[in-house]
Amino acid sequence: MDLQGFGGQILIGAGLTLAVAALSMIFGLVIGGFGAAAKLSRRRALRGFADAYTTLVRGVPELLILLLLYFGGTVLLTWIAGEYVEVNGFGAGLFALSILCGAYTTEVLRAAIQAVAPGQIEAARALGLRQPTVIRKVLLPQVWRLALPGLGNVWLVVMKDTSLISVVGLEELMRKSNIAAGATHQPFTFYAVAALIYLLFTTVSVIGIALLERRARRGLARA
Amino acid sequence: MLDSLPRFMAGAWLSLKLIGLALVVGAALSLPIAFARVSRRRALWMPAFAYIFCFRGTPLLVQLYLIYYGSGQFPWIHDSWLWPLLRQPFGCAVIAFALNTAAYQAEILRGGIMAVPAGEVEAARALGMGPWLILRKIVLPQALRLTLPAYGNEIILVVKSSSLASTITLLDITGVARGIVAESFAVYEAFLDAGAVYLILTFLITRVVGALETRLMRHLRREDLGAAPVAEPYGA
Repeated sequence: MDLQGFGGQILIGAGLTLAVAALSMIFGLVIGGFGAAAKLSRRRALRGFADAYTTLVRGVPELLILLLLYFGGTVLLTWIAGEYVEVNGFGAGLFALSILCGAYTTEVLRAAIQAVAPGQIEAARALGLRQPTVIRKVLLPQVWRLALPGLGNVWLVVMKDTSLISVVGLEELMRKSNIAAGATHQPFTFYAVAALIYLLFTTVSVIGIALLERRARRGLARA
Repeated sequence: MLDSLPRFMAGAWLSLKLIGLALVVGAALSLPIAFARVSRRRALWMPAFAYIFCFRGTPLLVQLYLIYYGSGQFPWIHDSWLWPLLRQPFGCAVIAFALNTAAYQAEILRGGIMAVPAGEVEAARALGMGPWLILRKIVLPQALRLTLPAYGNEIILVVKSSSLASTITLLDITGVARGIVAESFAVYEAFLDAGAVYLILTFLITRVVGALETRLMRHLRREDLGAAPVAEPYGA
């Protein structure tokens, strides 16, 4: 296939796509941890806040959230600073994807925490383990195993959603393909190349997730 | 908000048309794909697997651009019967959304088909039912019932992904909001209004699917659990 010298640019874009996806996933996991803790909290206000967050974010299109944060962020920062400030595509995209990913991981982690048998926590307490030790040694290893399939799905969704950032101008894989398609008048060729690269990323991810799941299940009796 | 209400109504109508058409065409496509996927014949399950894999493994935006912009690259498409559809953004959006949701729906349906107990199919065969009759009367009704919650999720995903239509110049809900922002720079009003319209849509869909689920499951519900006499424990 003749990429007419755009191959390097597309590879750079693919690297940026991976970077944005990985960073969003890390921030999303942190947000998801707090979100799940809030959902399971005894405080009503915290639960209400977390419920509102996940309901709103999951009920509205990803593209709309991205546009709102990108254009809205510019307006907000300009208003605060008193002069025109432009939010860059990377910051807005990363922020929007992290918020999105956080909402999905909140639900996954909440379900995983609730799926750990309460008797295990009680048993650990009865053995005299302190709360931090219970969380670190009893709760988290099991939550990891139970949450992995869900987290794997979130990762695949986030990676595909990075393509939306091209709409606000960040030069990731999709935007680079856009540029190449426009310059060469061969849109099909370049979008097909982008599709193949995304497919490669998802394939590698699916294999990686399966390996991680197998590792997390080690020592567990097979049914 | 009130001034732009007619525009949002028009946008919502376009979004609904896109969503409805994509779901119906996608559902029709998903049937043969799902049955090919569960087949034991290699010539059947391998193409179905490849189809599902490709459409679920790439972003919808790429698929949409491939169809909308990509189809213009080949002169022979201009002469084909598909061109009137591919020439305008609405046709491209429907095609892209339908092909995409067909892959997801086929995967949902496959789960449902495989969950139908083998004994029921064998029993139907023993009664002398033909394959079509078994499909129509035994397999599909149960598969649909089992997968209804997953279908509800998929409908909501299609509602949300329909916003991508705005990237190929269509004035759906998101497109209307982007238009208003471009004219007046009323960023928060426009995007928050659009968000509210989507929330109303998703809320209504969740309700309808929930009601449908209760209706399809009614034979499994225990009648009047509250009114039934409860056996006292320990014979008190």
